[in-house]
Amino acid sequence: MAHPEDLAGGGGRPRFGLTASGTVSPVGLIAKILVLGVVAAIAVWGAFPLIDQERWLLLAILVAVTVLLFAVYLSPRHIPLKYLLPGTLFLIVFQIVPVIYTITTAFTNFGDAHRGSKQDAVTAVQAASVRQVPGSAQYLLTVAADGDPATGELAFLLTDPATGRSFLGTPDGLEDLSDDEVTRAANGRVTAAEGYTVLTVAQAGARSAAVSGLSVPTDSGAIKAQGLSRAFEGSPQQAYDAGCDCVRDATTGRTWTADDSVGYFVDAEGNNLAQGWKVNVGLRNFADVLTDPVIRGSFLSILLWNFAFAFGVVGLTFALGLLVAMALNSPDLRGQRIYRSLIILPYAMPAVAMLLVWRDMFNTDFGLINRLFGLDVNWFGDAWTARFAVLLVQLWLGYNYMFLVSTGALQAIPKELTEAASVDGATPAYAFRAITFPLLLVALAPLLISSFAFNFNNFSAIYLVSEGNPFPPDNPQAGATDILITYTYRLAFGGAGAEYGFAAAVSIFIFLIVAVVSILGFRRTHALEEIN
Amino acid sequence: MATTTSPAPAAAEVPAAPARSAGRRGGWFRRVGWRHLVGVLALAFSLFPILFVVSAALNPLGTLSSSELIPSGAGTENFRRLFSDTSFGTWFLNSMIIGLLAAGLSMFLSATAAYAFSRYRFRGRRPGLLGILLVQMFPQFLAIVALYLMFSTVSDIWPAIGFNTRWGILLLYLGGALGVNTWLMKGFFDTIPTELDESAKVDGASHTQIFFGIILPLVAPILAVTGLLGFIASVNEFLIASVFLTDDPSKTAAVGLYGLVSAERNNNFGVFAAGSLLLAVPTVLLFQFLQRYIVGGLTAGAVKG
Repeated sequence: MAHPEDLAGGGGRPRFGLTASGTVSPVGLIAKILVLGVVAAIAVWGAFPLIDQERWLLLAILVAVTVLLFAVYLSPRHIPLKYLLPGTLFLIVFQIVPVIYTITTAFTNFGDAHRGSKQDAVTAVQAASVRQVPGSAQYLLTVAADGDPATGELAFLLTDPATGRSFLGTPDGLEDLSDDEVTRAANGRVTAAEGYTVLTVAQAGARSAAVSGLSVPTDSGAIKAQGLSRAFEGSPQQAYDAGCDCVRDATTGRTWTADDSVGYFVDAEGNNLAQGWKVNVGLRNFADVLTDPVIRGSFLSILLWNFAFAFGVVGLTFALGLLVAMALNSPDLRGQRIYRSLIILPYAMPAVAMLLVWRDMFNTDFGLINRLFGLDVNWFGDAWTARFAVLLVQLWLGYNYMFLVSTGALQAIPKELTEAASVDGATPAYAFRAITFPLLLVALAPLLISSFAFNFNNFSAIYLVSEGNPFPPDNPQAGATDILITYTYRLAFGGAGAEYGFAAAVSIFIFLIVAVVSILGFRRTHALEEIN
Repeated sequence: MATTTSPAPAAAEVPAAPARSAGRRGGWFRRVGWRHLVGVLALAFSLFPILFVVSAALNPLGTLSSSELIPSGAGTENFRRLFSDTSFGTWFLNSMIIGLLAAGLSMFLSATAAYAFSRYRFRGRRPGLLGILLVQMFPQFLAIVALYLMFSTVSDIWPAIGFNTRWGILLLYLGGALGVNTWLMKGFFDTIPTELDESAKVDGASHTQIFFGIILPLVAPILAVTGLLGFIASVNEFLIASVFLTDDPSKTAAVGLYGLVSAERNNNFGVFAAGSLLLAVPTVLLFQFLQRYIVGGLTAGAVKG
């Protein structure tokens, strides 16, 4: 293929792709055709499974997006849209949709006990009530996992001793396993199966709750584990009765009636079955956040510390980063390159790993800090030392970034401005205060504000380092270094089961706080006036 | 104010910038010395935890409780265990592929958006710019629940971009392409005089030719910065990756390394430190390679003219 310069024709500038006539260059045209061709190919590739699985809504969205892309890039109009569309599509799908989903969740009771529809709840209730009855079929059981033994989804590898046939049992049902997919021991027990990791007794024992909780639905009931090496097929003792909209226990005769306002089957005494279903609860989650005595009790002190933490991190990292940037930003300085490359190193280290390393460095007994300085401080045992520790860790992790962006911003400030000031006799300190700093602030305000927003919800900064420690003796829920997001995490996910609906409501409150503070920040720094 | 009282001759001595009285050698200290002092202190603060990690990685015992700041011995046992006992090679490769693609593509998406925000006036521009920042303020870790449910469906329909795939997590990271980096870039684009575009337009250049031929080469420093930041962010991203990549061969190095110490902290510490060090190497190299762009100070001279 010819060089772009040749294709662009004579008479124009030597610059890439420019033509004298102003028409679209052949290179541009070819690139456009290629890219749109790839878009079309991806759309077709994506459409087949959608048609296959009859997901018409998603198919309609896919077609609409493809048509939109073609329309925008083939028409000569809407120039800004051509530049914005790809990034915006990703933003909508992977950021805005999840946020909207979270917001809608806040109005439901979605959580571990309320996961799916009422039908799902009925299925779960019936499966959970499976009991062994005389004549139940027995199986030889091998516990396996799909992937990692500790985290992979559990599956049962079953052999029917009567027929010698093997099956794969998952929450989705029972599948036949052909002889070439499995290896069996002499007694017929499966010892290996394609695509699954067989768990050792110790590994299975570590997940015994999940093993006994797994039930494989069958036509006549469900297969459940009995210990770790045997399984039986039992029949459900509790069944749903559409006539009374209730669940009835066959042996005891107790009934639980469906209550759609709470999403549970409730009996006459007000006790409910463990598995419920998802219902809308209106503003109840928000009301709970505001009125729950446990939450209200510690909310204010946590909120205060949350602000102090976020402002503290931004302020300290920016101050130190800017100081170092200014110190190193001089043509007279030798070794500038070396300083810069070494100071930036913490930013290159994997943050998660370094958070864990710092946590261990603060360890009372064998931590590096105590050994190095000959101290015997229980860092996470006292509120103020713990707060100092988490701030120090964030300062270490974050000041390098501030150093980088400050260096960039300092160099973007025209030299004439500061030179003019010193010609006028201003002291360096005055020139900094009057000229450099305001200009820096305007340039960096969006970064500082988003750093605030990030640190306000910096989950891993607290969770991986102090875990919220220390906790007051009378309240094991709210630690001295807890910020709202870790506190919410403990309330919503730490107890018996996850409560996403409630957590989503709290996160909306957090979002409002962060957004208000950020908008005030923009107002004060006049950063928004830049974007007229 | 100092400006009004300064006599004219003072202006001639500007380079010395006298502020307060100082000793004879104070001139050197005020000009360069204090810069070295700040630099050395910053270095010490930056490096001592890293030194600890280096020493732990070389520590032949490989446990946390036996690790010191200064290496007590040197051995490659931890590195050997890293490659023989874990799938670190695969994790590392995953991290590099995802990191480079995510950084490059995000940079491009962000640059195109910044060009539109900087050079065009259109309806929805201001709300768009603000919206980009506002979305980032939503607590991300809850959105993970939504993303998880979303990708459960995606895994059913298109397993190639579902859980435990590089493509799935890459697409997800591109969702963050328009963010604070777009602001950073837009600010930089704004400093490039529009006269350049205008004169090219007069010469008959189309908007794509202006963008690719004129603007992009001039904004190379900010591309380098955002590319590097994007690479670091996606290589070190942990919360989402740990939920999405659970199969051992699909894990990124950050997820894999966390698994090492979450299971058995004390005994695996040396291996973990060795892995963390290796993971930092590409980022450090990339920074060295891009440094002349990052600190290039292009805006000061090249464009003004």
